[in-house]
Amino acid sequence: MIIQNNHSYLQVRNLTKNFGKFTALKNISLDVTENEFICFLGPSGCGKTTLLRAIAGLDIQTYGSIHQGGKDISSLPPSERDFGIVFQSYALFPNLTIARNVAIGLENLGIHTKQIKDRVDELLKMVGLMEQSKKYPSQLSGGQQQRVALARAMATSPGLLLLDEPLSALDAKVRSHLRHEIKKLQRKLAVTTIMVTHDQEEALTMADRIVVMDNGTIEQIGTPEEIYITPKTKFVANFVGTTNFLPSVIISKNSFKFGEIVMTCETGDLNAGSLVTIAIRPEDINARDVKDTDKNVIQTEVLHLEFLGSFCRAKLGHGDLKDTTIVVDFSKSITRLLNIDLGSKLKVSLPPKFIRIYLGE
Amino acid sequence: MSHILKDTSIVKQKSSRDDVTMRVCMFIIGLFLIIAIVLPLYTMLSKSLENKAGNFIGISNYVEYFSTPSLFQSAYNSFLISFISTIIVLLFAFIYAYALTRTKMPFKWFFKIIAIIPLLTPSMLSGISLVYWFGNQGVAKSFLMGEPIFGSTGIVLGSVYWVFPHALMILITALSITDARLYEAAAALRTSKIKTFFMVTLPSCKFGVISAGFVVFTLIFTDFGVPKVIGGSYNVLATDIYKQVIGQQNFQMGAVVAVVLLTPAIIAFSVDRFVQRKQVALLSSSAVPYEPKNNNTLDYTMLAFCSLVAFLIICMIGMAQYAALVTFWPYNLEFTFENFNFDLVEGGGWGAYFNSIRLSIYTALIGSVMIFFGAYLVEKGRGFKFGRNTFHGVAMTPLAIPGMALGLAYIFFFNHPNNPLNFLYGTMGILVISTITHFYTVSHLTATTALKQMDAEFESVSASLKTPFFRTFQKITIPICLPAIFDISIYLFLNAMTTVSAVIFLYSADTRLASIAVLNMDDQGELAMAAAMAMMIAYTCGGVRLLYAIGSKSIITRTQKWRIK
Repeated sequence: MIIQNNHSYLQVRNLTKNFGKFTALKNISLDVTENEFICFLGPSGCGKTTLLRAIAGLDIQTYGSIHQGGKDISSLPPSERDFGIVFQSYALFPNLTIARNVAIGLENLGIHTKQIKDRVDELLKMVGLMEQSKKYPSQLSGGQQQRVALARAMATSPGLLLLDEPLSALDAKVRSHLRHEIKKLQRKLAVTTIMVTHDQEEALTMADRIVVMDNGTIEQIGTPEEIYITPKTKFVANFVGTTNFLPSVIISKNSFKFGEIVMTCETGDLNAGSLVTIAIRPEDINARDVKDTDKNVIQTEVLHLEFLGSFCRAKLGHGDLKDTTIVVDFSKSITRLLNIDLGSKLKVSLPPKFIRIYLGE
Repeated sequence: MSHILKDTSIVKQKSSRDDVTMRVCMFIIGLFLIIAIVLPLYTMLSKSLENKAGNFIGISNYVEYFSTPSLFQSAYNSFLISFISTIIVLLFAFIYAYALTRTKMPFKWFFKIIAIIPLLTPSMLSGISLVYWFGNQGVAKSFLMGEPIFGSTGIVLGSVYWVFPHALMILITALSITDARLYEAAAALRTSKIKTFFMVTLPSCKFGVISAGFVVFTLIFTDFGVPKVIGGSYNVLATDIYKQVIGQQNFQMGAVVAVVLLTPAIIAFSVDRFVQRKQVALLSSSAVPYEPKNNNTLDYTMLAFCSLVAFLIICMIGMAQYAALVTFWPYNLEFTFENFNFDLVEGGGWGAYFNSIRLSIYTALIGSVMIFFGAYLVEKGRGFKFGRNTFHGVAMTPLAIPGMALGLAYIFFFNHPNNPLNFLYGTMGILVISTITHFYTVSHLTATTALKQMDAEFESVSASLKTPFFRTFQKITIPICLPAIFDISIYLFLNAMTTVSAVIFLYSADTRLASIAVLNMDDQGELAMAAAMAMMIAYTCGGVRLLYAIGSKSIITRTQKWRIK
């Protein structure tokens, strides 16, 4: 029985994919809402592309089912499914002009030449490449080619748009520009979209919801804010953004010990003596107006300072931290205000509300 | 409950209409390969285990073969001349290839063209030419200091000549793929030029050398043309099969010799495949191509060497050309076209020449379409891995099968009275089938390489756009692979024009071929006419190649505009 909530467009249930002895996907279940922009995010080899290709039918899953728009597509070949796809390599047909590339899907529908031309013009206008329609793919830049690929994928108005690392082959400036364009287009056409990426920035800026994956399993599904602010697992906390991990022991309700330092934070129903990992993001550690009466104050020293443009990333150690180190981000103004430099002695506090606890070391 | 059952059952993808069509097409071409390769070979193997009455007698034929000194001697002879010729060819071809790839020697274009010449002629041509140079009335007979040219000396010289371009092409490829930074690193470490050669150059192309060695060894080992013309009483395996089958009608023993001939060819083939796989991994994608620098001493030494080799090649074909035009060597040296009056002697006449043209055109057209389509189905098909791998495996075998063995296997298989395909025997059809089969592997590999270079996602995109595969094939794949398809058809054409080994057993009175006419004329002592016919083949191949160069260039510039940035 499949639980079908109101707007769920795509239901993936218990999907497992084996390549010989290797299991690339382990019992994945997932719902995608209509018109939603979903990102599969994870390191290479985590199974995100495998999942996308299973949804497309390009590499069939070993077990499990997929429903799209209320129809069981689990075992359909790709040509009988309803999706448009864009690959990292663009995969434009090099011997066809831009216009013909976009038209090729329409030519199979048996519609009028005039209608095809109108639709192609409309699509090329939409991606801003009307003037290039007579050119061949090799005469276009990478970003332009990827926009053509997008127009081609959308030509037949598929119900599902699949993007397989579409921006990874482009350079940084083009990438961020195209990020906005794809997002804008997706909103305008209101097409359910799944994008695979290993770039957290891409996922955070574009997705309505992010599916973080590792080792063939889903670690967390949530909005970008949820993923960043309340990462459910250590893996997510580490993969999305930067996080300090401090191996600690719970000593009593709402108090834990890191090395020799006793600190407080919400510990829930963890028992005293539990080994835990405390996580806090570098930008959440406070250095301004730290008073001894504040919670979780640590006395340290700046060991290393990295200038990153709009802020500085400092590695702190010694003092209370002994041999361990933590990473802290200081805005430029704080750096100036506190006169932070290599070797500076520094008092920082770890605000309890920003601390997250994960069981185990 | 129902969903639990579902979750534990393996999902099998339904086949689309395209998948089914592709599999049916692949099955049809696969069926061709089974009929053209697997079944004939099987029939031949079983024949070698039978007596004349057709009863199974185990390995008695082989025991008899290896205990007959004269037969066993041929195997030894084959090994000996193949080994010696291979060493000589490798040495010459390596230096020649080195000069073309690693030096700034002038006139490289000229030397590249000259080196192709032997590919345009049947292997017998070198034998005929050698007779004129060093035969009983040879111009340069004294060079051999009383040694007769007929025998091992002639076979080695003739073999070296005709396999030279084969070795050269492999070595040029091997020497072309190198990383310039290795040489810069060596220079920065103050390594001497000679030490650099042994520490960088040789190791980086050792797989190419090994591969070239095995390829030419197999070519010589299984060649029939050269030993037939110039071998005299020096027996080798390829001529033995011919004698056993045509001379003594001893088909069983012929089959045994063919199997013996097959063995080293298969070993060489396996080693070559293994080596080639290693070669690929050698070069990283970030390598910088090597750009030779001026070095007067080296460049002019190489020029002298290449000129010598080019001179020898020209002497070889030049003598055949001269012989074809002389009235009656060595008594009447007046020029004449009388030798081209092929209809005057037995052997096939001009009809044989036109048969060869027909065979070559059919082979090139049918072969390139079928082989390319087959490679496409293997490379771009979805699912059905077992079928695709099997197809690929069968497509690779012809390279390991000597033409003589293939021809003989065809006799056994197609001439069998119970075979429904028996009607093919003695027709142009069987010649076309055997020639396509004989040269299947190299064409298949050329097609596969071209297909592999295409974006693997074209098919995925097409499926998502609901484009039927034959449309993608026609609109995308064929235009992109057009240069490779041209290469395949010209390769098939040239080989169909010059081949003798497989077709020698399969031609009939109506389907005599030019290359076989050369042999028959030589047999009858009509050496001048044999030379003339061999030259007709050379003109045709040269002309077709030239036309191809011009034609393909204009077609490619017209249809491949999209390649230009």
